[in-house]
Amino acid sequence: MTAEPDVTSRGQLVLRRFLRRRLAMLGFTIVLVLFAIAYLSPLFVAWQYDELDASAFLSPPTGEHWFGTTQNGFDMFALTMRGMQKSLVVGLVGAVLSTALAAIAGAFAGYFGRILNAAISAVMDLLLVLPGFLIVAILSPLFQGRTWLFFVLLLAAFQWMITARIVRGMTLSLKEREFVQAARFMGVPGWKIIFRHILPNMASLLIIDATVNVSSLILAEVGLSFFGFGIQPPDVSLGTLIGNYSNAALTFWWQFYLPAGFLVLLVLAVNLVGDGLRDAFDPNAPSRVT
Amino acid sequence: MEAAPILQVRDLSVTLDSEAGPVLAVRSVSYSVRPGEVFGIVGESGSGKSVSSLAVMSLLPSHARIRGSVLFRGQELLGQSDRALSRIRGRRIAMVFQDPLSALTPVYSVGDQIAEAILVHESMSREAATERAVELLALVGIPSPRHRATAFPHEFSGGMRQRAMIAMAIANRPDLIIADEPTTALDVTIQAQILQVLRTAQEVTGAAIILITHDMGIIAGMADRVGVMYAGKLVETGSVDDVFYRARMPYTLGLLGSIPRLDRGTHQALTPIEGTPPSLVDLPPGCPFESRCPLRIPSCREVEPPLLEMAASGPGHLAACHRSAEVERRDLKSADVFPAPPPHASDRDGAPRAELDQVLEVQDLVKHFPLVKGAILRRRVGTVHAVDGISFDIRRGETLGLVGESGCGKTTAIMEILNLLAPTSGRIVVFGRDTANITHRERFETRRDLQVVFQDPMASLDPRLPVHDILAEPLEAHGVPAVEHSARVRELLRLVGLEPQHASRYPQALSGGQRQRVGIARALALEPRLLVLDEPVSSLDVSIRAGVINLLEQLKKELGLSYLFVAHDLSVVRHIADRVAVMYLGRFVEIGAVDDVFDRPAHPYTQALLSAIPLPDPVKERTRTRIVLEGDLPDPSDPPTGCRFRTRCQKFSGELADAARRRCIEEQPALAARTGGPDHLDACHYAVTASVL
Repeated sequence: MTAEPDVTSRGQLVLRRFLRRRLAMLGFTIVLVLFAIAYLSPLFVAWQYDELDASAFLSPPTGEHWFGTTQNGFDMFALTMRGMQKSLVVGLVGAVLSTALAAIAGAFAGYFGRILNAAISAVMDLLLVLPGFLIVAILSPLFQGRTWLFFVLLLAAFQWMITARIVRGMTLSLKEREFVQAARFMGVPGWKIIFRHILPNMASLLIIDATVNVSSLILAEVGLSFFGFGIQPPDVSLGTLIGNYSNAALTFWWQFYLPAGFLVLLVLAVNLVGDGLRDAFDPNAPSRVT
Repeated sequence: MEAAPILQVRDLSVTLDSEAGPVLAVRSVSYSVRPGEVFGIVGESGSGKSVSSLAVMSLLPSHARIRGSVLFRGQELLGQSDRALSRIRGRRIAMVFQDPLSALTPVYSVGDQIAEAILVHESMSREAATERAVELLALVGIPSPRHRATAFPHEFSGGMRQRAMIAMAIANRPDLIIADEPTTALDVTIQAQILQVLRTAQEVTGAAIILITHDMGIIAGMADRVGVMYAGKLVETGSVDDVFYRARMPYTLGLLGSIPRLDRGTHQALTPIEGTPPSLVDLPPGCPFESRCPLRIPSCREVEPPLLEMAASGPGHLAACHRSAEVERRDLKSADVFPAPPPHASDRDGAPRAELDQVLEVQDLVKHFPLVKGAILRRRVGTVHAVDGISFDIRRGETLGLVGESGCGKTTAIMEILNLLAPTSGRIVVFGRDTANITHRERFETRRDLQVVFQDPMASLDPRLPVHDILAEPLEAHGVPAVEHSARVRELLRLVGLEPQHASRYPQALSGGQRQRVGIARALALEPRLLVLDEPVSSLDVSIRAGVINLLEQLKKELGLSYLFVAHDLSVVRHIADRVAVMYLGRFVEIGAVDDVFDRPAHPYTQALLSAIPLPDPVKERTRTRIVLEGDLPDPSDPPTGCRFRTRCQKFSGELADAARRRCIEEQPALAARTGGPDHLDACHYAVTASVL
């Protein structure tokens, strides 16, 4: 036996390649830091998001109010942090959920064909045709009073169809490839072939889809909140902050640019992580990047 | 006094840019071609043989840096403007490419394209040019040329397209034709037709030909002089006889020794060349073949040997090896230089075939594909008779070679066997279990014993899985505990001649030969008893092929395997198989022991197939009588009545009287022992054995 470390399976290789990427690690750190300050800072700062400072209306950033205040005297920093708590979960969990749903539905429909394909395709087409907003509106009384996390599920449920169609098409061509046939002739069951061979071979697509979904879900949440579903005042999200204060961008800039800046930072960081993951999965990418 | 060379290439070097850095694709290559002569360039993929000829035509992309000199009839071609070169290209120098489908424009008729090629260089009326195009098509053997001239490229078969390309190449009576792998994409019987057309074309125009190929057999039959390329350099050049019979560069010797020969059979020892060609991005100093050469000495690492004249050979025989003088003095042959495993003997231990266990039995296997039309109301408009009643069996420790040209149904047949499902009709019995009535569980268990190696290891290995996971996959599927995987993977890698550290590589990081070894290791992971090998070596380079063939033979002996070996390359089949079945249009035309079928073929198709394969032996190759079949494979959805081969049969069209022909048209010949041993069956009413090698 050789003394070399037994780092040979795909999971270990991908992890090693991912950890080696500096930009990806930077992105990953940023996401972690954002989580940390979003959830931990309310414990330390003087103002909470629902507290009014009657002595400071529309104050620019000061030592007391780091990000300034709103017209009603709410502390902008506290609002931004509160909003980011929501948006981080909506964006990250929603994006992963919707991409996972797309991958599984599309790959199973494409691989197994026949009835499963017909059933999944019918659902996909139906959801594409029906306006998602309408269904959320009809369903929202059901979720009234429950945790807003259901809302993440709903958002994800209307985001996956187009990707699922692409995945289905790619599966149809991948399943004719010889390495899939070889696995079949070995007696590997279909669901295992999907997770081991088919989905990893479209990892680039899925990762890009998930990173794009992060920002689009955060913004989609704004639209629904505007109509009274989802996150309601006095609670806030990054999306509602940006939506509410966009007209203040040229006058009382801190109300708009500071939350927007955090959204941009989050999306950038997620993109860096996505690029790193994609390269870690792709054996053709150079294994060392400075 | 020899005629002045028509083309003189001096110190031609080509550097191409790649992501990894500049690639030295061609390194100071010099050769000359005399009028009317055929100069063959052989080499493996990546040796620079195509790049050097594209450089002659100045057809390389603009980022290529070309140095040296190319004199065509005394005129320098390098550095000329595109406009000036256009007057030479197509008129004085013509080119025939490997892939005729992409070389012809799909939206113009073939006749128009040939006429266009004439009109670009000559002033004549369009009618006259069209007339000339029809003449040219007739010359290259296109039946009813006037009618076919109006057809579009997609209506032509691959062989006919290549004929049209040759017609276009000779349209302006060029002085030089560069043919770049002109037959590589074609079947052997079509290859024989095209080579004959090339010979005709050369006789008619008197042009010199630069013939680029990786097939030593084609060179032996066609070329007057040869240049062998390796790692961007010409390593040996000389007359065909000198290079084939008096090779002095170890690489040439290895190449010649690594080719299985149709006329030698199972007793030939193949000499594999270990290792792989060096990367052309950062080439080490010294001889590029040093790392693979058994004759290497310390100075090989430091100084790259120049091409030196070989004293004992004819003039112009040059070899680039520090020890070529010694090789010449001792007259070393391939087997003296390269260590070759002893040739395998049939390991059936003399037991009669009938007493061995049957591992696979196929009876009257039929697979038809429906041809359907329409999207919603699907109507059946015909049937493709892919496999139409074949029967064979494989005994323990035996190798059956299944040969035939593309489209004959051999892949369909093995897919039917591998699917382990009930066929359209007929029976498949694997290890005593009939696939028509086995349970799901039994089918799964049978898969353990029946494994497959595919043709293209690049396609059959998941590019996103490292080698360890690829090899562990069958283990996991069949419930081998995960803790044992690593040890078994290492064992498998050693078994196929790879290193344990290959386990953490991705398939892309391996060479073609190593990839195919991984494919074989994966098939062996569950210790199967029967391996289906679907063209396992045809995508590999010649020097690597021998190593894989030897490995397969050694594994068979060590592990007691049986092989179903599917191939279109009859030389490989002759080397490795015990029995061989020849397939044509969904049916067997001949089956029997390999020596019987190859030495005494009874069916006209087998005879033609054997005679179409070029032998890498110039004297033999030039003195053989050759049977060249007419036309292409008929449409398998509408096979001819009676004997399926009669439309192309040389016996049917040449020897038989009308009365005798009637039987071929009306009655389908059954497989029967007509010409000798009870085990040698053929399907020809008028079978007579003939020796064609």
